[in-house]
Amino acid sequence: MSESVLRLVWVYPDLLSTYGDQGNVLVVERRARQRGLNVARVDVRSDQQIPTSGDIYLVGGGEDRPQRLAAERLRRDGGLSRAAGNGAIIFSVCAGYQILGHEFVNDLGRREPGLGLLDVVSERGTGERCVGDVLADIDPRLGLPELTGFENHQGVTRIGPSAKPFARVRIGKGNGTGDGTEGAYNETVFGTYMHGPVMARNPAIADLLIKLALDVNALPPVEETWYEALRAERIAAAERPA
Amino acid sequence: MQDASPQQGSSEPLTPRAKLAVTAGKVVAAVSRSAGRGSGSVIGGKVALRVDPDLLARLATHLDVVLVSATNGKTTTTRLIAEALRAHGPVVSNALGANMPAGITSALAGGSAAKYGVIEVDEKYLATVARDVRPKAIALLNLSRDQLDRAAETRMLAERWREGLSGTDAWVVANADDPLVAWAASSCPHVVWVAAGQSWKDDAWSCPSCGGVLQRPGDDWLCAECGFRRPPPTWALSGDYVLDPNGTAWPMSLQLPGRANKANAATSAAVAWVFGVPPETALERMKSVAAVAGRYDVVNYQGRDLRLLLAKNPAGWLETFSLIDPPPTPVLLSVNALGADGTDTSWLWDVDYPRLAGHPIFVIGQRKLDLAVRLDVAGLDFRVCEDVSEAVRLAPPGRMECIANYTAFQQLRRQVGG
Ligand SMILES: [Zn+2]
Repeated sequence: MSESVLRLVWVYPDLLSTYGDQGNVLVVERRARQRGLNVARVDVRSDQQIPTSGDIYLVGGGEDRPQRLAAERLRRDGGLSRAAGNGAIIFSVCAGYQILGHEFVNDLGRREPGLGLLDVVSERGTGERCVGDVLADIDPRLGLPELTGFENHQGVTRIGPSAKPFARVRIGKGNGTGDGTEGAYNETVFGTYMHGPVMARNPAIADLLIKLALDVNALPPVEETWYEALRAERIAAAERPA
Repeated sequence: MQDASPQQGSSEPLTPRAKLAVTAGKVVAAVSRSAGRGSGSVIGGKVALRVDPDLLARLATHLDVVLVSATNGKTTTTRLIAEALRAHGPVVSNALGANMPAGITSALAGGSAAKYGVIEVDEKYLATVARDVRPKAIALLNLSRDQLDRAAETRMLAERWREGLSGTDAWVVANADDPLVAWAASSCPHVVWVAAGQSWKDDAWSCPSCGGVLQRPGDDWLCAECGFRRPPPTWALSGDYVLDPNGTAWPMSLQLPGRANKANAATSAAVAWVFGVPPETALERMKSVAAVAGRYDVVNYQGRDLRLLLAKNPAGWLETFSLIDPPPTPVLLSVNALGADGTDTSWLWDVDYPRLAGHPIFVIGQRKLDLAVRLDVAGLDFRVCEDVSEAVRLAPPGRMECIANYTAFQQLRRQVGG
């Protein structure tokens, strides 16, 4: 983290911004500014270089072909991997989550290498698409309240030994492996299948990323009224039998 | 414009099976109506198609058909084209927006005396319906993200259009400013390109052909990698004018508000021209359209004028924000996430709500809390209300702009009597 500015990088809005995940950028930016931080947000299109000096990188979900194009360009660019090597915080969703792993299955049905920043391997599920409200318990070591999200994917993601499940689902499919895991993380890199966008429903995740980037244990409180009301409603909706 | 192919079948009566199918469909529709289940047109069409699967094709043989498809604006454009073509003969149209094969069949079954069929078609069914009804013209307006939970990727839709329409005899009237539409139409043998504009660009930064990043200098667009680029238009929307292929500028004075409706009218004028209706006649007739299925209607409710606006996806919201009265006009927003809306509300974060800064904002609807968080993060002032009645009581005086997505719009109309 530089002296005075929190540098937020929104990766490839031209390819990976189809499912409202730019909401995550807006929530992190808003909550950082509410704490009096200066924020520099950089949106990096896929024909531009990924800066390596960011503090927090956000990667969203996208459709199958854009996902392959994004993986090709991120591998060629190398910037995100260098940023990860510098200790940057990276948070990814759905197609972005798969790209951060070792490999996934692309729109042509072939195995596509990812960036290997997260010890996961993804493939395409054979069952029905997972669509709906999710309720899950986040790994207690992260100290976050329960996770409410909306999933909308057909991926199956298996977690290797050097990553941990981000959460365990109570309702919903999550990683689609049938073992109840949802998402994955290591010290600095996070992945989830949750849309919503996930930080609008779980602002504590945005705060966690800010704390990790600043290397602090706590942040001043901010107004939570609407977030709390939305969380309560969506948790109740997930618990209601469909 | 060349002549239509000879209208075979115009005097040919329907086969007994087709007649039975039409009758069966009408009986079921009547039963469904009397049971209070809407207009009954879809269920009637389903029964009719089951009795005679070729019915749609048969019903269309005696008509000159134009199909209209897009993510946004297809109902309004269908109405504008229908008005324009009435200059030359009776029109049958699915004016109520039932735009899948069953609803279309039902609408056509009611138009035995018509000369023209003007038909709105759901994007997913365009290729199928085009194969069945052999249209003389197809209007393609735009493609953008819509209903995320159904996973109908926009480029996949464009690809289905491209494959399904590649051999069509129809004149395809297509928006040159939408790269996805241009790509879909560029495999068609007869295309009339219209520079109809497109405010929303976030679904077409990637070249639909090769995946390269599109360059977008000014109103132009091109792919530096494969050379695919904006086709040269022969028709154009230019401010309040439509430019025809001779370069003549025709003034529009629509009652319908907004840039998007001017674009719809420009496309409709080009379609009318394919059918031999001159622009001045077509545009004159389009002036009579004030509201379409309740959209743009101004209704008086509890002593206040409310203008009812439908916006279903980020591209639609963007066009709607550009037509509302400036601050301090109060704005009511209503969002649902029922089946017909798509159940994933993430798209709210792709809508440019900061453009509402300065308006008093009131929020209702099944998903008002999602909207509240969205507006809160955008730093806007707003009030969450129980319903439209409370919002109308709390809002400062003046006409209120009411923007709602699909089922929220229907509910709002029912409540305020629009
Ligand atoms: Zn290209």
